Amino acid sequence: MELWYTEEHTPTVRFSIKVKEQLVSKRSPFQQIDVFDSEEFGRFLTLDGLMMVTEKDEFIYHDMIVHVPMATNPGIRKVLVIGGGDGGTVRELTRYDSLERIDMVDIDEMVVDVCREYIPQTSNRLDDPRVNLYFEDGLKFVRRYENEYDLIIVDSTDPFGPGEGLFTREFYGNCFKALTVEGILVNQHENPYYEYYTEAMKRAHRRIRDSFPICRVYQAHIPTYPSGHWLFGFASKKYDPATDLDAAAWNARGIETKYYNTDLHRGAFMLPTYVRRALEGAE
Amino acid sequence: MKTCQLDQNRAPLHRALEDYRSRRVVPFDVPGHKQGRGTPELTAFLGKPCLSVDVNSMKPLDNLAHPTSVICEAEALAADAFGADAAFFMIGGTTSGVQAMIMSVCKAGDAIILPRNVHRSAINALIVTGIRPIYVDPGTHARLGISLGMAADDVVRAIRENPDAKAVFVNNPTYYGICPDLRAIVEAAHEAGMAALIDEAHGTHFYFGENLPVTAMEVGADMSAVSMHKTGGSLTQSSLLLMKRGRIDPSYVRTIINLTQTTSASYLLMSSIDIARKALATKGRETFETVCELAEYGRREINDIGGFYAFSREIVNGRDVCDFDITKLSVHTLGIGRAGVEVYDLLRDDYEIQIEFGDMGNLLAIVSVGDTRANIERLVSALSEIKRLHSREGLDLLDHEYIPPVVRLSPQEAFYAPRTSVPIRSALGRVTAEFVMCYPPGIPILAPGELVTQDALDYILYAKEKGSLVMGPQDMNIDYLNVVE
Repeated sequence: MELWYTEEHTPTVRFSIKVKEQLVSKRSPFQQIDVFDSEEFGRFLTLDGLMMVTEKDEFIYHDMIVHVPMATNPGIRKVLVIGGGDGGTVRELTRYDSLERIDMVDIDEMVVDVCREYIPQTSNRLDDPRVNLYFEDGLKFVRRYENEYDLIIVDSTDPFGPGEGLFTREFYGNCFKALTVEGILVNQHENPYYEYYTEAMKRAHRRIRDSFPICRVYQAHIPTYPSGHWLFGFASKKYDPATDLDAAAWNARGIETKYYNTDLHRGAFMLPTYVRRALEGAE
Repeated sequence: MKTCQLDQNRAPLHRALEDYRSRRVVPFDVPGHKQGRGTPELTAFLGKPCLSVDVNSMKPLDNLAHPTSVICEAEALAADAFGADAAFFMIGGTTSGVQAMIMSVCKAGDAIILPRNVHRSAINALIVTGIRPIYVDPGTHARLGISLGMAADDVVRAIRENPDAKAVFVNNPTYYGICPDLRAIVEAAHEAGMAALIDEAHGTHFYFGENLPVTAMEVGADMSAVSMHKTGGSLTQSSLLLMKRGRIDPSYVRTIINLTQTTSASYLLMSSIDIARKALATKGRETFETVCELAEYGRREINDIGGFYAFSREIVNGRDVCDFDITKLSVHTLGIGRAGVEVYDLLRDDYEIQIEFGDMGNLLAIVSVGDTRANIERLVSALSEIKRLHSREGLDLLDHEYIPPVVRLSPQEAFYAPRTSVPIRSALGRVTAEFVMCYPPGIPILAPGELVTQDALDYILYAKEKGSLVMGPQDMNIDYLNVVE
């Protein structure tokens, strides 16, 4: 017998991984949560059947969503992570001694519980003393703050489920308000390749531009996400991620990474022509 | 809580349509799309299951104009669920229900007592039939500027002054969720031998939720029009007319309905009433408990933002506000220096949030069976953004939406009188032959037969300037108004 996990990247394109074993299957008030084990990608988490993290390639996503803003402004002290229930983003953040507070708000506590139990590779730093976990709607959480965080990382699901509110103009506006004058907002920005996602990407880009003076997009190659080509949004009140990068300062920290480096930092903002055009079309 | 006599888990019309579909009937009758086969684009858009039951009346599916089987049963179940003696499925919207109520008790030349803040559908009925309106001032809230429910004392006075009137017509609740002293008004009408007709277009849920305002059937009103589609979960345009036996004969009401109702009643609409009624009767209590919680949560969060005032039961005063429907998320916006309609437009254009309506000082979000906590969070967050980005000193804002009418002719007399078109600014002092209203809510600023006052004119021009959809006159731009010669 063969057991395969399949995600439909589009109605006519499928991506499959052969499964050794299903480790857990749960339904929370918000979504269906599953963890599988596989030969090629190790353990992986899916939400409503969609791929979230695999043990093998999660480092790419988490490197890029954390180190790019952290290298742009070494002065970051307070960070808010919205979503990120697998803990990988928080794990990377805890590697910075300079951080004083890391707040993480995820709507679904069950995702965090499942990841603590089955995917310790990403969830193993959630007990760091600087980390505070909140379980509520990110949109609601961020609404209450003003001039509070230096960095907000939106590590969300796609905008077609519980994460929908995190792709809205009101959310980006609330984040702007919650950030300090040096504040940076980084978000997962969908893929530029398949039309279904591209529309979401363009909408998100347009809405962020409406709120922030500096608005850039960067990319990474993530084998298990649709098209393998993923974008991140970088919005900021003051720092430009390309020109304000202090490579020497970041390298002096001695943080060892598998994907990110300061050369790649610059290169990640150099986008293919068709992506540039799509983003320009959104403006 | 009322108890039902019939098995509310049944949905006879729904079941009859399922049977029809499973029998794979060959249709040589209308509609010509023949279960969707002839209209591939439409079928792809609406779905095959939908088109396959868009059928005409036939023996196994009964006939709305003369129901004897499944529609008859479905109407009996609806009557039972709402605590009525009889119920009629309406497929021309609650407009048709309101008109059937009025035409069931009044004839040409008769008078009806009603608040001026009625929906245009009520005044339309007066135009068609030649019934005379006797308006009661519904009262205006000093801070919010909204019109209220008629005070019982004022209705009693109107009844005493017009003993020949045939009926008293009441909104329960108003668009904003404000309820009058329904019991006292119905009693006063009955004592004077008048029928009590209740427009419950915005009150379907009162019949099923707990701790919600009292209903027309509970207090023994003669008839009520309830918009199943507004807060009950059926398809747009489907509605129910409820009645108690005694003063009015149900078979006469059926005859009145058939005067204007289509003979090709939509089974999509009718089955949606049947299915929605079943859900309301069997799960309505829990559903509206959740709806109330969501609305109350939204209200607290909106009030926390500051500037906005999401009002609730604290406005009850025992006179022209005797109860408040807490599922109506009504928000006073003048505190941030913006008209309700401006915030309404910002929510739609900048945040892709469509709310029910905004007028001069307020906006209204309807919270109902299909709402989620996540959507309430979006509304609250968008309002907090609008406050951050668009607050201003708004000293030039008009703060009230009710203009006392000066009636010169009956609506029918004015509507059919010789008329002339004049630029709207020079209509001052003339008698209008047309309606002017903002839509929504569809409550006339001017109705045919009323004097064009400075107040009314100012209001119309202000509403246009603020971007309200002003309609009614033949001139689509509202630059001209037809007045009586």
